[in-house]
Amino acid sequence: MHQSTLTQLSTALKEKKVSSEELTQLYLDRCKNFNEALNCFITINEDVALENARTADKKIAEGKNTDLTGIPFAHKDIFCTNGIKTSCGSKMLDNFIAPYDATVVEKMNDAGMVMLGKTNMDEFAMGSSNETSFYGPVKNPWDSDHVPGGSSGGSASAVAARLCPAATGTDTGGSIRQPASLCGITGLKPTYGRVSRYGMIAFASSLDQGGPMTQTAEDAALIMNVIAGFDKRDSTSAEHPVDDYTFRLNDSIEGLKIGLPKEYFGEGLDSNIAKIIEDGIKELEKLGASCKEIELPNTDLSIPAYYVVAPAECSSNLSRFDGVRFGYRCEEPKDLPDLYCRSRGEGFGKEVKRRIMIGTYVLSAGYYDAYYLKAQQIRHLIRDDFQNAFKDVDVIAGPTATGTAFKLNEKLNDPVSMYLSDIYTVSVNLAGLPAISVPAGFIENLPVGMQLIGNYFEESRLLNIAHQYQQVTDWHKQVPKEYK
Amino acid sequence: MSLDKSEVQKIAWLARLSIDEQDIPNYSDELSNILDLVDRMNSVDTKGVSPIAHPLDLVARLRSDNVTETNQRDHFQKHAPLTEDGCYLVPKVIE
Repeated sequence: MHQSTLTQLSTALKEKKVSSEELTQLYLDRCKNFNEALNCFITINEDVALENARTADKKIAEGKNTDLTGIPFAHKDIFCTNGIKTSCGSKMLDNFIAPYDATVVEKMNDAGMVMLGKTNMDEFAMGSSNETSFYGPVKNPWDSDHVPGGSSGGSASAVAARLCPAATGTDTGGSIRQPASLCGITGLKPTYGRVSRYGMIAFASSLDQGGPMTQTAEDAALIMNVIAGFDKRDSTSAEHPVDDYTFRLNDSIEGLKIGLPKEYFGEGLDSNIAKIIEDGIKELEKLGASCKEIELPNTDLSIPAYYVVAPAECSSNLSRFDGVRFGYRCEEPKDLPDLYCRSRGEGFGKEVKRRIMIGTYVLSAGYYDAYYLKAQQIRHLIRDDFQNAFKDVDVIAGPTATGTAFKLNEKLNDPVSMYLSDIYTVSVNLAGLPAISVPAGFIENLPVGMQLIGNYFEESRLLNIAHQYQQVTDWHKQVPKEYK
Repeated sequence: MSLDKSEVQKIAWLARLSIDEQDIPNYSDELSNILDLVDRMNSVDTKGVSPIAHPLDLVARLRSDNVTETNQRDHFQKHAPLTEDGCYLVPKVIE
């Protein structure tokens, strides 16, 4: 049962083959049994989950259910959950019980879904390995010596090990897609503004976007149907019509034009990864798609520009953590500056401090034009590169990550090398586009993801292509043997 | 680009972050390496390119000036480290 997709669980619940309470208990048991090995949960909410499962069973009995009523899942611990600890992977918020629900949380509750707990993550979503968490690193279920990726590493690991059938993630520079790739699951980063950021603890506000992490594209579509849409409480929420994301899943992709950026397949890409992505693209060609080489000439500028924009916005967003209103406060401050400096110095981990300092530096007097303004100009060039490409092609395909899951501690003390591994994902955030990572193969028993990038608000098309691909491949069905 | 000890201390102060004296050389190296990475931006001429703050060129939405939030002071102050009579307490600022 624990290997079922959301779609299968939805049918089983509706046909009353299983109750939500039974299902919830089954997943809770798995979470508790395997959390010690994987460390993917910061909080497991057994009592609340079981109570919500019983409410869901009542709704199903009364016929007041949605497609997802009664289905267990997990939230990344970046989403505020009313009355439940929301730590963002930080000592700063270790004592923080959120006083309200994020919009995404509210919507999933309203749909009757049952939250099992909150997943581990890189501190304040800053990291690509889930090693910066105050709660310790998450392990990759395919090999526990390896990282699950990050920052949504707990969600990716939990879904890959089938401790929950689906989870939420957030993606600022690849934090949904890269861990999805490294753990062998499906992860969708929607168009900027498609999913509300209200109650999602901010890292870099012009880049952050929440989305689903699931076994299949079909499951991602079901979650998108719940969480997508305009929210007046998010000032950058998109006022754009919302699709039924399941509607086009079964459309043929005959005639689809796929762009292959030559910058994504050049030097720097591992030849084994390249082979897997090429095989993936061949599958799409067999389904009637055609390919064309395209250029995204400013790709190599995306990491430098990202490491100005994201730290700058993070230094501003994280200034709210001051030891006064909520969160960690140092012992016996001698004066107000000491209260601020020590609460922040002791409450934040190393990577967060690094990024706050970079952000503070690039925004400080005299440096704004050289750094922040320049990065925003490059952002314009990167967006134009994609828009030029979309004149000729429908979607862009390539690798999600430069390699498979690396070993724990391998890159921890070399931030720049960690940053460079996000080369295929960050430009999508700078341009605000939607993109999906789907399992496409394995190298030495570690999963590899293929990335599909769409034009603005084309999540339906991405999900359609990914779903068609998953009809003819079974990479997404592979489960690490200890978790079968 | 290389940041010396006094620059690291200045940035840490601007960011209101206490950092250990012994960690400064490490920060100095790491931040300098990151700024070297960032300096690759200078390989392209961006003269005349308009900066974008938001990928979709959205403008801030306005709403009518009505009260929409209820006062939840007590609820929110439950999460504060130190309060008294509805106020947040900090060390004495004025003698």
